[in-house]
Amino acid sequence: MNHALLFSVFIVASCGLAYELIAGALASYLLGDSVTQFSTVIGSYLFAMGIGSWLSRYVERQLVARFIQVELLVGVVGGLSATGLFFIFAWSSAPFKLALYLSVFAIGVLVGLEIPLIMRILKRDLVFKDLVSQVLTFDYLGALAVSILFPVLLVPHLGLMRSGLLFGLLNVAVALWACWLFREQLRNFRGLLGQGATAMLGLLAAFIAAGELTSMAESHLYADDIVHAENTPYQRIVVTRWKDDLRLHLNNNLQFSSRDEYRYHEALVHPALATLPAARRVLVLGGGDGLAVREILKYPQIESVTLVDLDPAMTRLFASAPPLRRLNGDALQSPKVRVVNADALQWLEANDELFDFVVVDFPDPSNFAIGKLYSSAFYRLLEKHLSGDALAVIQSTSPLYARQSFWCIVTTLESVGLVATPYHALVPSFGEWGFVVAGRRGYRPPQSYAVNTRFLTPAMTPALFVFPKDMARIDAEVNRLNSQVLVRYFEQEWRQVIR
Amino acid sequence: MDRRRFLGSVAAAAAGAGAASLAACRGRPPELPPGELSGTSFELGHRLRDADLATPDETREVPVAIVGAGIGGLAAGWKLANSGFSDFLLVELESEAGGNSRAGRNAVGSYPLGAHYLPLPTREATAVRELLAELGVLQGDPRALRPTYDERYLCATPQERLYRDGRWQEGILPQAGADAAERAQYRRFFEQMAVFRRRRDAAGRRAFALPMALSSRDPELLALDGISMRDWLHAQHFDSPQLHWYVDYACRDDYGSNSATVSAWAGIHYFACRDGEADNADSDTVLTAPEGNAWLASGMLRSIEARVGERLLNGALAFRVALNEGRPQRGRVTIDLWLPAERRTLRLLAEQLIWAAPLFLVPHVFGGEPALGAAARTYSYAPWLVANLTLSRFPDDRHGAPMAWDNVLYGSSGLGYVVASHQQLRVRPGATVLTWYRAFAEMAPQQGRVLLRDTPRAVWADEILAELERPHANIRQVTTRLDVFRNAHAMARPVPGLIGGAARQLFAADGERLRFAHADVSGFSLFEEAHFRGVLAAERTLGRLGIRFNSSLS
Repeated sequence: MNHALLFSVFIVASCGLAYELIAGALASYLLGDSVTQFSTVIGSYLFAMGIGSWLSRYVERQLVARFIQVELLVGVVGGLSATGLFFIFAWSSAPFKLALYLSVFAIGVLVGLEIPLIMRILKRDLVFKDLVSQVLTFDYLGALAVSILFPVLLVPHLGLMRSGLLFGLLNVAVALWACWLFREQLRNFRGLLGQGATAMLGLLAAFIAAGELTSMAESHLYADDIVHAENTPYQRIVVTRWKDDLRLHLNNNLQFSSRDEYRYHEALVHPALATLPAARRVLVLGGGDGLAVREILKYPQIESVTLVDLDPAMTRLFASAPPLRRLNGDALQSPKVRVVNADALQWLEANDELFDFVVVDFPDPSNFAIGKLYSSAFYRLLEKHLSGDALAVIQSTSPLYARQSFWCIVTTLESVGLVATPYHALVPSFGEWGFVVAGRRGYRPPQSYAVNTRFLTPAMTPALFVFPKDMARIDAEVNRLNSQVLVRYFEQEWRQVIR
Repeated sequence: MDRRRFLGSVAAAAAGAGAASLAACRGRPPELPPGELSGTSFELGHRLRDADLATPDETREVPVAIVGAGIGGLAAGWKLANSGFSDFLLVELESEAGGNSRAGRNAVGSYPLGAHYLPLPTREATAVRELLAELGVLQGDPRALRPTYDERYLCATPQERLYRDGRWQEGILPQAGADAAERAQYRRFFEQMAVFRRRRDAAGRRAFALPMALSSRDPELLALDGISMRDWLHAQHFDSPQLHWYVDYACRDDYGSNSATVSAWAGIHYFACRDGEADNADSDTVLTAPEGNAWLASGMLRSIEARVGERLLNGALAFRVALNEGRPQRGRVTIDLWLPAERRTLRLLAEQLIWAAPLFLVPHVFGGEPALGAAARTYSYAPWLVANLTLSRFPDDRHGAPMAWDNVLYGSSGLGYVVASHQQLRVRPGATVLTWYRAFAEMAPQQGRVLLRDTPRAVWADEILAELERPHANIRQVTTRLDVFRNAHAMARPVPGLIGGAARQLFAADGERLRFAHADVSGFSLFEEAHFRGVLAAERTLGRLGIRFNSSLS
């Protein structure tokens, strides 16, 4: 009996430390600043344990039954704490801190009650010096076991939610075991057993459903339903849907919303391609979603489209998932389309194919790696792949929010001897967006569109090429590999837009 | 699944240092990656000390012999060849030309075994500019104040960063933790260097020119050769520890010696000589390539071959040179070459000799010239180690500035590493090679040489990986090869007295039949110096032979 109780001290102590670690880890994961989070969580937790120990003096009768009830409560509250907190955070981060410290406090008080109660139960059979020595020994041993298991085994294999639930189950198991051990002394044996079984089943169900729960919580982070989420070696791809709105996020940056992507992709493709009736061979760099290809394939004279995108997961997804295939009109399955998964720079260097029209649709130049794709060296390489009268069009971030970045791209294209014609269009999901047509000779916007469009009309086309005062040209340096000024402009400008 | 693993890893990382180290213990540390221990030809070089080399079984006459096909010898050959002179032989001990500018190559790509960059050439480095123009890297007028350079050779941004206290910062000058007083010292230091950079004497010579031979001889400036760089800093009331680290780093990086060993003239030269500009780059940009400076060496070799055909004899050890021997050789220089592959000795009889090998060999080779031997013995040499780590992918990185071309660890005995694939046009390079440099500035050169000779590769590998583990936790997991290249006499050390001393003057002087063409003649190992010495020796030789040429040096 005593050994059994001492073993339960071990379990109880490990559970106590586990909840503390889970709360600290969750707080630093979700709120950042791990030093502050760990320090404040541990501090409040220990303080709450002190209160629990002090409160234990008011428990006077039915020690064993109270101990069992405390265990059950710890198991349920502690076990569900990580899951609950995750949901609260996904819902809104404002009450998260309050909920975090409330739960830390509640668990701390309950855990603080445990050891004094056990010591008093054991007091009947042990002399004081053995009691203190044995209980505290197991208490600290339990803490040691968890502090090692937590980072090495539990979190990597189970994750925070399931680790929490596992310790909840352990607490409930101790309660049930105590029930059994003291079944003859307990007045309300059956009631307690019933409560324990209920708690056990609830926690077990949560444990099994934890995977689902995680994605439910994440879907709240995105507000919409997540239809696809994938980590590739290059990026995190998330596709969400809310009613009829499909959205693609790469590394949490919105790439398109199906509500208005036609504005972006029509503006990207048609102003240039509509002026190239002789175009046969087209190259698309980036744009693995196939939406630009969809617009290109509207021209019957196009014989081949080569799509070069780094991430095979992207092109695979947009060639296979039914709602995405509907969106891009099954462009990536077209016999005219050849998909190449390669580094665009490497591919351009290794090939000498010529193209009549090139779409350059890369992510914004937010880091030095992507900044290379907007450099003079890149445009010089691109120029070598343009056939005689070919045009290229370059997505060029927002001339309104990132004005100098936009004009830096124009300046860079001009620095390699290309004639650059900038224009812009409003895409509500993004705001005012910029593009540049580049070619060896001058370019004139089309007088008409031979293909079906939802956004562009011949009448409004000239207006795309007019830059209002707040987007008008400003001086910018050439973006060279050895300066990468564009990345610096871009960082500065977007930092001012966001917050 | 992925989400959970992500959550887990974040939690584990946040669980503090203790937990992190426990997590790291999950598996046994991986075995050391395989690799080779190699270096300059130790064994063969030491044969110079033995007298048992065979007597020659063949004698070949050649108007001009160049011994040493490093940058100095190649530059001499390049100048001879592009002056239309083809009667020369370039003799090299190693299996490949290039000297300290050689490169290695493996499945991942090329990487340097030594020198790895060239700053934008100064206006007075006319021969270097001519070479760059010939190689197509300098575009337009080679003498323009601000030429345009091929952007593939201009070091891509970010050029350099420094790891300190768990964080990477941009640039190498320590920024974090520098208070107002230290920043004021930084400013004052760079202002003083800018003054030195602009300073000219009455004759119009720059205070610190590159090539150094064109520098002012103003006694006030030459007096700087009498004290160490560190003493000069203190004399100028520079006491900021971070500034001292920075200057010391510069000395170790360029001269293989610390600021207490290097003369103030050489130390200031480093900061004040480089004033090259470009139309399409900032003035502190350097020219580099995956293979380091080997593209310059192979460019000169190709240029020679294209003009006058194959002129290189490699794997040949020049073990004896005599300037004046008995009658039949009157007026000729005798050069005895040991050809280890053929186990025989070849004798060259040359009208003119350009000695473009390091000067520490002179006492062993020029037995009949005690004055030269004595002068050469006043030189001291820094040992040097280069390790090339082949990586299956880029390693995990600590916070702060992103991966640069040159990555330096504060307070490390190493000099940091350069990323060989940095100049590749790739958005996401996969496998790469990191080239790690280590000087032995903290010990006497002889002690460094003993260490180089006796330390097994595994010990170097472990030391280097342990250093790199600080910023790159998984470096051991991603390193697939680690090759160590040793150079016992990598470069002459510009200690006080060398620059202004008589010994160096002796080697710099023109001779009747013998000229020295090595960076050692300048006192420090820079591409521009070696190249200048080579071209100068070639032009003097052509002049002596009465052959017309257009000088590259004026």
